[in-house]
Amino acid sequence: MREELFVSGRSNPLIDPHLEIWEWQIPAYLFLGGLAAGILFFAGLFYLRGKEEKFSTAVRVAPVFVPVLLAIGLLFLFLDLKHKLYFWRLYTSFSIESPTSWGAWTLLLIMPLSMIWAALNIESVFPRWDWKFQWAKDIIEFFKKYKTEMAWGLVVLSIILGIYTGILLSAFNARPLWNTSILGPLFLTSGLSTGAAFIVLFSRSKAERHSMGQIDLMLITIEIALIIHMFMGFQASTQVQIEAAKMFLGGQFTATFWVFVFSLGLVIPALLEILEAKGKKVPYYIAPALVLFGGLLFRFIMVHAGQLSRWLY
Amino acid sequence: MRYAMAIDTKKCVGCSDCVVACQTENLVPHGYARDWIVEVTDGTYPQLELEYRSERCNHCDNAPCVRCCPTGASFISEGGIVKVEHDKCIGCGACITACPYDARFVHPEGYVDKCTFCDHRLEQGQDPACVAVCPTKCLYFGDMDDPNSEVSLVVKKRKFKTLIPEAGTEPQLYFLI
Ligand code: SF4
Ligand code: SF4
Repeated sequence: MREELFVSGRSNPLIDPHLEIWEWQIPAYLFLGGLAAGILFFAGLFYLRGKEEKFSTAVRVAPVFVPVLLAIGLLFLFLDLKHKLYFWRLYTSFSIESPTSWGAWTLLLIMPLSMIWAALNIESVFPRWDWKFQWAKDIIEFFKKYKTEMAWGLVVLSIILGIYTGILLSAFNARPLWNTSILGPLFLTSGLSTGAAFIVLFSRSKAERHSMGQIDLMLITIEIALIIHMFMGFQASTQVQIEAAKMFLGGQFTATFWVFVFSLGLVIPALLEILEAKGKKVPYYIAPALVLFGGLLFRFIMVHAGQLSRWLY
Repeated sequence: MRYAMAIDTKKCVGCSDCVVACQTENLVPHGYARDWIVEVTDGTYPQLELEYRSERCNHCDNAPCVRCCPTGASFISEGGIVKVEHDKCIGCGACITACPYDARFVHPEGYVDKCTFCDHRLEQGQDPACVAVCPTKCLYFGDMDDPNSEVSLVVKKRKFKTLIPEAGTEPQLYFLI
C-alpha cells in the first residue's frame, strides 16, 4: 500500500501541485472552433443539396457570423500563448504529428474561405450593405462562380476542424481522461449540435427551425450515446482511466457534469425538441440556448479535469 | 550515441544537492526547477519501505513532447537529448501537457524550459551538474550505446525500473532498485 508520496524541490508555476497550463482560453477556443465548424458544415451541406431557400439561415445568415467567431477564437488561442511574439513560428513549419499544427493550418484555410462565404451572403444580415468599390464587387462576382467548390471546401474543412477540437486533447496520452479516441467524434458531434442550435436561434422561418431542431435532436442523441460509451470505455480500461472517470462518477465534477452538462445541456433540450415535434408550444429559443451553454461548459470541464488526471507512479 | 542516466535509489538520501546544483549551473529562475526529489513510502507501519528518486526529464526515446510540438521548437538533439529551441517556442503548452512526468515548465520569459542533461558541460567532457555534485555518487551518466560506459555497466549489473514504461515514452532514466 502506498503510504505517502512527497515531491520536494519542485513547485513550478502552472505545473505544481497539479497541471493548469490551459486555463479558460483553450476551452473557449475549442467551443468557438466547434461552433464555427458546425455552422459551416450545415451551410456547405444545405447549399450542395440545393436547399438554400428552405435553410436560408443555415446557408446565408449564420455563416456571416463565423469569421467573427473564428477571429475571437484565434484571439483566445493567441492569449493562451506564453511566448506571444513568436506566434508566427506556427506558420513556418508543419508538423504532421502535432494536432496543434494541424489546427493552425486548418484555421488558416478555413478563415479566408469563411470570410468569402460571409461576404457573398452579407446582404442577408445587413440588407443595405454596399460594397462601394467596383473592384470589391468584381471580386464578389468572381467567387460567386465557384460556390459549389467552396461549399465542398466548407464541408470537408469543417469536419476536420470539428474533429480536431477533440483530437487536440485526445492525442495526449499523458492525461488519461483525454486519451480516448471517442473525443474526436464526440467533440465533432457536439460542435455540429451547437452549430445547429445557433442556426435555430437566428432563424425566422418556422420550417427551418423545426428541421434544424430535429437534426439537433439526432445529434444530441448521438452525443449522449458517445458520452456513455466514453465512460464505459474508461471503466473497462486501466487504473489510470478508472481514476480519471471517478472525477465524474462520484468525484469533484460529478454534480457539475451530470446536472449542468448532461441534464441541462443535453437531456432537457432533447426532451424540448421532442415536445416541439409533437406540436406542443415551447419557446423555440430555450433548447438551443441550453445546448450552447452545455457545449461551452462541457469543454471547460473536460479541459480542466483532463489536466487533473494523471498517471500514477 | 545515446545519453542516459542511472539513479541509485538505494544510495540516494534525498539531500536535494542535485536540485540546487542544477539551479545554479543553469541559472534556473527562482521558484522553478528542472530536477526534483520524489520520496515514496510504501507499505503499512511498521513494514515501511522508503524510496528516494532524483527525477528530471527522461529524455525519452519516443518523446510525446517532441511529437506534439507544432513549431519544431522541441527537438531531439545529439545523443538523444530532448531540448527546446527558445526562439521557435510559442509557449502553447502542448509539450507540457504531453509529458507524463511533468518535467517541463514555462520560463518566466515565456518559452518552455527543461533539463538539457547539461549538454554545454558534456561538450567540455564534464558530467551534468547534478551528477558531478551528488555527495553519495548515486547518479551515473554516460552513453548507453557504449557497452563499457559506467551507466551501461551499472544497468547491466543491477535491477532497475523506468517510470511509467506503459506510457510508451521509452524513458532513459534508469532507477536502480
Ligand atoms: S520526460 Fe517529458 S519532457 Fe522529457 S522527453 Fe520525456 S516526455 Fe519529453
Ligand atoms: S510550448 Fe513551445 S516547445 Fe512546447 S509544444 Fe509549444 S511551441 Fe513546442
